[in-house]
Amino acid sequence: MLSQSERIKIAKRVAEELSEGQIVNLGVGIPTLIPDFLGDKKVFLQSENGLLGMGPTPDDENVNMDLISASKKPITMEKGASLFDSSDSFVMIRGGHIDVAVLGALQVDQYGEIANWAVPGKSILGVGGAIDLVAGAKRIIIACTLQAKDGKSKLVKKLTFPSSGTRRANILVTEHAVFKFTNTGTELIEILSDISMEKLKEITGVEFGYDNVKISSSKITK
Amino acid sequence: MNKLIDRSDALNYIKDGDTLLVGGFGLSGTPLTLLDELANSNIRDLTVVSNNLGEVGKGLGKLLVSGNLKKAVGSYFTTNRDAVEAWKEGKLEIELVPQGTLAEAIRCGGAGIGGFYTKTGIGTTLADGKEQKVFDGETYILEQAIKGDVSIIKALKADTLGNLIYDHTARNFNAVMATAGEIVIAEVDEIVEVGDLHPLEIVTPHVYVDHVVLNKYVKKGGVYVESI
Repeated sequence: MLSQSERIKIAKRVAEELSEGQIVNLGVGIPTLIPDFLGDKKVFLQSENGLLGMGPTPDDENVNMDLISASKKPITMEKGASLFDSSDSFVMIRGGHIDVAVLGALQVDQYGEIANWAVPGKSILGVGGAIDLVAGAKRIIIACTLQAKDGKSKLVKKLTFPSSGTRRANILVTEHAVFKFTNTGTELIEILSDISMEKLKEITGVEFGYDNVKISSSKITK
Repeated sequence: MNKLIDRSDALNYIKDGDTLLVGGFGLSGTPLTLLDELANSNIRDLTVVSNNLGEVGKGLGKLLVSGNLKKAVGSYFTTNRDAVEAWKEGKLEIELVPQGTLAEAIRCGGAGIGGFYTKTGIGTTLADGKEQKVFDGETYILEQAIKGDVSIIKALKADTLGNLIYDHTARNFNAVMATAGEIVIAEVDEIVEVGDLHPLEIVTPHVYVDHVVLNKYVKKGGVYVESI
């Protein structure tokens, strides 16, 4: 299980990717930690159940379970927030009006194709808005652990889990490294832990370029 | 003109085998009173179109327990383990639809549009068997509109004409489902006189709403509870 400090490390690194004024949809899990690390940077959070301008969790006495996030948790509204129905919400998502979607993933292939909604062999009974976001957001950031609980790499040559669509992720942020996806494959752009390049190659089994890699851990060199 | 009816009379508009559009996201914006009436009725073989099936024993989850349902169409069923179990045992058919496709299909149903092309689902198993078409160099899949025999929705307030306003994110699928049911029944916390809702705040114009029932639950601590 990933420690809270590693989850925070991923969330902080994703926060660096976001720019002032962007419209952002955050998926469940690690992405929900991101707002804590935005500092002075102002982004507008969209929640697919019908809110633009999502604010933090309310005090207990101000909870209204008809003002909730897509994870069904009580939330607040920021100044300038707006409310709308599900169909308008998905006009935003599917019509290319969301600047960035930050999503979790079960697997990402070497070109950035995502699997984040179904596990083979298990009943497929939930999809939610995941594949709408994959199809429609302008930029897709995947925030997840490098390895699944069984130790297998989530960055893979070829998906073995059901695809979330042909649309590809732009970057993958994990506790060890940040990868960028291009038409030619995967590029390692930053190392965030003391993991060695060899170990990273061994875990993922993916050929990745690393000509411009930034080392953000003091313990290792390129 | 007053569209208010007794909650028990709402069942007169629903029959065996109907397709019901049921508002809500989780339990927020769910017509809990109308669902209680249905759970206590002998109406069977319903197809329910709703984002989820509530929670175990709550909201639409009650209809699962009481055996009113034949099929569920929606985007996320794993939060109700009863739904997963019923599906495994072959007691419930499930049709999984991406949330945005669900919302748009209902919007089209209400707007007199038979179907639409979307990029959502391209390259996934959910696109299997669906017609594809290329527009401006991008591939889209054809999805069919969804309509209901009856929509049962939840709003915060209605006026006696049937104009509706909603509570925050409880609007979710309710506003669009109001347009897509042959008969539309809205459950509300309060009914007010015509003119008491300002035109600027009305979200669902009364043209869509046939009947209004009063919610028997009251809100305490931000949650609907049984009134004592």
